[in-house]
Amino acid sequence: MKYLDEYRDQALSDKILEEIRRTVTRPWVLMEVCGGQTHSIVKYGLDHLLPNEIELVHGPGCPVCVTSLEMIDKAHAIAKRPEVIFCSFGDMLRVPGSNGDLLMLKSRGADIRIVYSPIDCLKIARANPEKKVVFFAIGFETTAPANAMSVWQARQQGVKNFSVLVSHVLVPPSIASILQSPLNRVQAFLGPGHVCTVMGYREYEPIAARFKVPIVITGFEPVDLLQGTLMAVRQLEKGRAEVENQYPRVVSREGNRTAQQLVNKVFEVCDRKWRGVGSIPKSGYKLRWEFKEHDAERIFDVKEIDTKEPLACISGQVLKGIKKPHDCPAFGKECTPEHPLGATMVSAEGACAAYYAYGRHLQSFARASNPDARKSVEAPAHV
Amino acid sequence: MCLAIPGKLIAVAQDQNGVRMGRANFAGIIKEVCLEYTPEAECGDYVLVHVGFALGKVDEEEARRTYEALESLNQLGDLDTPGIEEGESPLGLGPPRTELEANSVAASGSKSSTVGEVL
Repeated sequence: MKYLDEYRDQALSDKILEEIRRTVTRPWVLMEVCGGQTHSIVKYGLDHLLPNEIELVHGPGCPVCVTSLEMIDKAHAIAKRPEVIFCSFGDMLRVPGSNGDLLMLKSRGADIRIVYSPIDCLKIARANPEKKVVFFAIGFETTAPANAMSVWQARQQGVKNFSVLVSHVLVPPSIASILQSPLNRVQAFLGPGHVCTVMGYREYEPIAARFKVPIVITGFEPVDLLQGTLMAVRQLEKGRAEVENQYPRVVSREGNRTAQQLVNKVFEVCDRKWRGVGSIPKSGYKLRWEFKEHDAERIFDVKEIDTKEPLACISGQVLKGIKKPHDCPAFGKECTPEHPLGATMVSAEGACAAYYAYGRHLQSFARASNPDARKSVEAPAHV
Repeated sequence: MCLAIPGKLIAVAQDQNGVRMGRANFAGIIKEVCLEYTPEAECGDYVLVHVGFALGKVDEEEARRTYEALESLNQLGDLDTPGIEEGESPLGLGPPRTELEANSVAASGSKSSTVGEVL
């Protein structure tokens, strides 16, 4: 498939790996921000192919994982209502709230539907004028244009029975929060390629300068991730701390201005609570007042809900790159994708779920210390 | 969640509400795509699609440049070794460094750089 297969090329990956080995002279800790990148890294075993000096830690960029328990409980409260058709991306349905997940509610008769795109909800709303159609609008900046467009079109087209439960999160404040932590270990970031397709990367420049940390905006395929790693390591080795763009085939410094304009018309920045992490100032979007007719929180008057996470879970420290899934005594035992205890196990893109999916909960799976055991990247066909 | 996939646009039209829509081919799977955020995209272009929205056109020129730069990685790596003049392509293989730098689209006044500068 064009623009995918080329970036899964084994020979090219080997070449970049060799160049990384030639470049690195001392230990460095890099964080890939996006959950999709984490998934690719674990799937292809890229972290095991890198020289021992380079440690990859996994970032907070899984919006399903970091959607707060309070917000999920609000979703449940709305989805239970008989007049509601509750629509969501599929990966939110298995995320546990305080009392089960949305799939469980569906099995008890709630009208909960999986949609591919938020725009599909408008069709459902038109076809069911007697119902109230609510979309669970989660995501990072990548998804914000789609969710904003659904609200915008609902208003333009007079679809009054459509509303959104907004739980949007933003990447730059979360990176800044990680860097401000006294326990921070991260020395460079592989930045989120698709977030930056929308937003560009200007807002990362002050972060790189302030914290003296290289940020390389990086794609999602093995070649992208290895090249991003090489660029970050070169910066670290030379003492540079700049924003670089590994992913220029879709990312520009300015981003998609048309998309940014509509996002800014519909949403405004707000403080947001992240599951496992806590509240981060100015780290989310909420609907602007002008769109209050489409704000599900206002329409259904869902109150603040008091929630408690299991004490055993260390997902907050995993999301900040302080710990890895293996450091948790519950990983792969009490906590599995079927019965997740916390944020990083609830979605396939969470670090714990990715480790589990590719067998890293098994005793036999340990980082290969023997260089001969390091194999080349295999390029399985998947989309 | 931020998964976005490149697909080839095979049809572009406005729907009954005046929304710019299209159909994109993802290795044989055809899906409807909203093109409101990519007004410049036309049939034959590759667009990056996320939850039914084209977020941007894939820049074929940049894709080719990145790929070529990577393919000539070892030769370019040798440029750092003493005895080879900057801008000279060793063994005549791969694009010379100066061409890569000229092609890089480091934004005006920014310290940011693209792949061409560092490889």
